[in-house]
Amino acid sequence: MLALLLILIPVATGLATFFLKQGNAAKLFSLLSSLATLGISIGAAICTDKSAKSFQAPFLTNLGSSFSLSLDGMGTILVLLTGISLVLVFISTYKNTYKDPSRYYALMLLSQAGLMGVFLATDGLLFYFFWELALIPVYFLCSGWGGERRIAVTFKFFIYTFIGSLLMLVGLIYLYVLNPGQSFSLTSLYAMKLSPDQQSVLFWLFFVAFAIKMPIWPLHTWQPDTYEQSPTSVTMILSGVMVKMGLLGVIRWVLPIFPYAVHEYGHVVIGLSVVGMIYASLVAMKQDDLKRMIAYSSIAHIGLMCAAVFSVSELGLQGVLVQLFNHGVNIIGLWIVVDAIEQKLGTRKMSELGGLAITAPSLAILLVIMSLANVALPLTNAFIGEFLMFNGLYQFSAWYMAVAGLSIILGAVYTLRMVQKVIYGDTNSLTKTMTDLSLNQKLILAGITVLIILYGVNPQPLFKMTMDTVHTVAQHI
Amino acid sequence: MNVLILSIFWGIVMMFSGIALKKKGIATGLAIAGVLILLLGNLGDMSTVVITTSTFNDMLAFRGYNVLFISIVLVATLMYFLVSGREIENVGTGGFDYYALIFFVLTGIVIASSFNNLLMLFLGIEIISIPLYILTGSDKKNLKSNEASLKYFLMGSFSTGIMLLGIAFIYGDSGSLAIVPAPSPFGFSFTSLPTLSAVGALLLMFSLAFKVSAAPFHFWTPDVYDGAPTVFTSFMATIVKAGTFIAFFRMFAGGFASVQGSWGLAMQVIIFLTLLIGNLTAVFQQSAKRMMSYSSIAQAGFMLLAIYAHNDMAKEGFLVYTAAYVLATIGVFALLSRVADPGFQGFNGLAKKEPLLAATTTICLLSLAGIPLTGGFLGKYYMLVATAKAGGPFWLVIFAVICAAISIYYYFRLIIAMYFKEGNPEMAPVSRGLKFWLVVLCVLILALGIFPYEVLLNNLLSL
Repeated sequence: MLALLLILIPVATGLATFFLKQGNAAKLFSLLSSLATLGISIGAAICTDKSAKSFQAPFLTNLGSSFSLSLDGMGTILVLLTGISLVLVFISTYKNTYKDPSRYYALMLLSQAGLMGVFLATDGLLFYFFWELALIPVYFLCSGWGGERRIAVTFKFFIYTFIGSLLMLVGLIYLYVLNPGQSFSLTSLYAMKLSPDQQSVLFWLFFVAFAIKMPIWPLHTWQPDTYEQSPTSVTMILSGVMVKMGLLGVIRWVLPIFPYAVHEYGHVVIGLSVVGMIYASLVAMKQDDLKRMIAYSSIAHIGLMCAAVFSVSELGLQGVLVQLFNHGVNIIGLWIVVDAIEQKLGTRKMSELGGLAITAPSLAILLVIMSLANVALPLTNAFIGEFLMFNGLYQFSAWYMAVAGLSIILGAVYTLRMVQKVIYGDTNSLTKTMTDLSLNQKLILAGITVLIILYGVNPQPLFKMTMDTVHTVAQHI
Repeated sequence: MNVLILSIFWGIVMMFSGIALKKKGIATGLAIAGVLILLLGNLGDMSTVVITTSTFNDMLAFRGYNVLFISIVLVATLMYFLVSGREIENVGTGGFDYYALIFFVLTGIVIASSFNNLLMLFLGIEIISIPLYILTGSDKKNLKSNEASLKYFLMGSFSTGIMLLGIAFIYGDSGSLAIVPAPSPFGFSFTSLPTLSAVGALLLMFSLAFKVSAAPFHFWTPDVYDGAPTVFTSFMATIVKAGTFIAFFRMFAGGFASVQGSWGLAMQVIIFLTLLIGNLTAVFQQSAKRMMSYSSIAQAGFMLLAIYAHNDMAKEGFLVYTAAYVLATIGVFALLSRVADPGFQGFNGLAKKEPLLAATTTICLLSLAGIPLTGGFLGKYYMLVATAKAGGPFWLVIFAVICAAISIYYYFRLIIAMYFKEGNPEMAPVSRGLKFWLVVLCVLILALGIFPYEVLLNNLLSL
C-alpha cells in the first residue's frame, strides 16, 4: 500500500494542481504534496512489513503484464532520494517566480510520480510505461521554462532518450516472446535461461537505453546542453534523480537477467565509462559556465558508477548503491548555490564572478562544503561510495582503476578552480551587488550539509538499507 | 446485416430530406441520429437481433470480429460527426448530400469488412471509393479540390482495374471466387499458390495497397488529402482508411493467410517502403495538413504489420490500433480544420489562446506518436509483439521502432509550435460542445491505452 501511495499522491496532487488558479496556492499545495510524499517514503524506509511495501493489481493481464510494485533496498534508497529532492527543490526555489505556476508545479509533481514508478515497478511493461511517463513532464518543463536555446536542446534530449527507450521496448518484447511463462514479471525474467547469443543482443538493446539516460560517453551529448538550458529546478531533478533511472535499470533489469553478456561485454562498458570520465573531467576544466561545468562533472561521476556496476564485485555494487543517494543530494546542493547566484546576478559565467566570499559569506561557506563533497573528500558522504567503487574496479582490473583514478585529481582541479573563481578574489561591479542566501536556501543547504556529514561519518544505515539488492544481484550474476 | 440495410436506408433518407428541410444544423442532427440507429443495429448484429438472416448465399459473413470492427467504425463516425458536423454543413449548401454520401461509404465499409467472396470485396471497395471522388471535389470553386478529385478518380479507377484483373486471374486459375484459396485436388495443403493465382493475389494486394495508401502506391495521398476540404480529409484519413484496411486484413490475414509463401515477401517490401517513405517525407513537410497525410501513410505501415503477422495478437492489435489511430486523427483534424493557416507557423502560440484545444490535440498527437498510456502506444506495442511472435524478421521490428522514433519529430513539431512558440493564430471560433466532445475523445483514447480489454477487446472474446 505504501508503494502505491508513493505514486498516487504525486499523480493526484499533480493533476489537481493543473486546475489551481492562484500561483501561490499551487506553490504551497505542491510543497505540501512533496512533504507528504517524503513522509511516506521515510515511512517505507523504516517499515519492515514486506506486504506494505509491495502492491499488486491486474493490469493488461492478457499481455503478460501486471501492475506490481515492490520496494527493495535500491528502490527504497531511490524513493527516499526522490522524496527528498522535490522537497529540496520546492523549498530552495520558494522565492523564485515561474510563469504559469500552476502548470509548472503540476508537471513537477507528475515527473515525480513517473520517477517513483520507475523505481518501484517490478514488471517489465509497467517499468517501460513509467520510464516514458517520467520523460514527458520533464520535456514540457524544460521546453516551457528553460533558457534561450531550450526548444532545440530539449527536443534533442527527448529524441535521444526516446530512441533509447524504444530499443529497450524491442528488448522487452523479445524477452517476453522468449519467456516460456509469457510474462513480464521480474521474478520470471530472473528465472529465464537465455543462450549467450540471445543475451548479447538483448543486453545491448537494454544497455543503450540506460546508457543514454545516465549518460555514458559517447551517448552523452544531449546532457550538458539540456542541463544548461533547463530551469535550474528541473536540472536538479534531472541530474539528481533522473540519471539514477539508468543505473537502476542496469542493476535491476540487466545484471541479473543477462549475466553472461555482462561478463562478456563488461570490458567494453567499463572502457567506455572510463574514457568518458577522463573526457568529461578534461572538458569540465575548460568550462566557464557553472552549469556546464557541473554537468560535465556529473558525467564523470556517473561514469564511475557505471564502471563500478560492471565490475561485478559486491564491494563496487555496494558503493554504487550508496552513491546513488549521496550523489543526488550533493549535486542538488551545488545546483541550489548556482541557482542563488544566477537569480541574483543574472549570470553563471565564472569569469564574471569573484569575491562572493566578501559579499555573501554564508553562500561561500556552503559552496565550499558542497564542492568538497563533490570531490569526495573523506568524511563527506561521497567518499565512502567512491572508495568502494574504486575498490571494486580495482578487483576487476588495476589498469582501469588507475586511469579512472585520474578523474579524482582532475575533479579536484576543476572543482577547486571553480570555488576559487567564484568566491575568492576581488569583487567586481557586478558581484558587489550580491546579497547573501535567503533563509529558506540557508535552511536547505544546512540540511544537506547535515546529510553530507552524517552519512560521511556513519554510512552504516545506507549499507544496511541496500544490502538485499547486493545479495539478489550477487545470486544471479 | 442490420447495419448494411440501415446505412443504405439512412443514406437515402438524408438525400431526400435535404429537399424538405432547410434549417441549419438539422442535417448534422439527422446524421447523428442515423449513426445512433446504425449503432443500435450493430448491437443487434452482435446479439442476433437481425432484420434478416440472409447472407447472400454466404457471400457475406457477419461474425464476431468484423461486427466489432464495424462498431469501431460507427463510434468513430459518431465522434467525427459530433466534432466536425458544422464544417461539413459549411462546405456545401446544407450538407445533406454530403452526409448521404458518407452513409453510402459506410455501406461500402460494411461490405468490405464482411465479404466472403471476391466479388463482394470488389463491390465494397467500389462503393467506398465512388462517393469519395465526389467528396474530394466538393469544394467546387477551388481549383485544388477539383484537381485532387480528378486525380483521385483517374488513379482510383486504374487501381480498381488492377484489382479486377487480379480477381479474374484467381478465378481463371481456381474457378472459385471464395476468399479461401481452392484446396488442392490431391488433398495436401499448399503454402504457396500456383503461378496464375499468385499473380492475381499480388495484383489484388497492390490495388488494396493503393487504397490504403501504402508505399509505393501512395503518391495520390498527399495531393488528394491536401486538396480535399479538411473535414473530408479527416474522413478519408480515418474512417475510410480503416474501412479499406479491414478488407485488406480480411483478404490476406484471413483468407489467403495459409499461402503466405506467395505474398509474404512482397508484403515485407511494402511495409518497409511504407514506413520509410511515410516517416521520412513527413519530416520535411512545412504544412501540418500535409504532415498528417504522410503520417497516415506512416501509420498504415504499422497496420500492415498486423496483416503480415496475422496471429491472434495481430487480430486483437489491429482493432486497438485502428481504433486509436482513427480517434486520434479525428482529434487532430478537428483542430486543423479550424486553423486558418495549415502551416506549422499557423499554430504558434495556440496553447495560450485555446489551452483546452491544445491539450486535447497534444494527447491525440502523443497517441499517434505511441507514448504509453495512450491507445496509440498499445496499438504499436501489439504490432511489434505480433510480428515478433509470428517469427517475423528481426530487422523489420527494429526498423519499425526506428520509424516510430522518427515520427516523434514531426508530431512534436506541432506540439512545440502550440506550446513553446509565440504567436497569435488565426482561427475559427470554438464552441463549447466541440470542446466537450474532444475531451470525450481524449478520454476514449486514454481508456483504450489503459483498459483495452474493458473498453474494446472483451467484447470480442464474448462474441
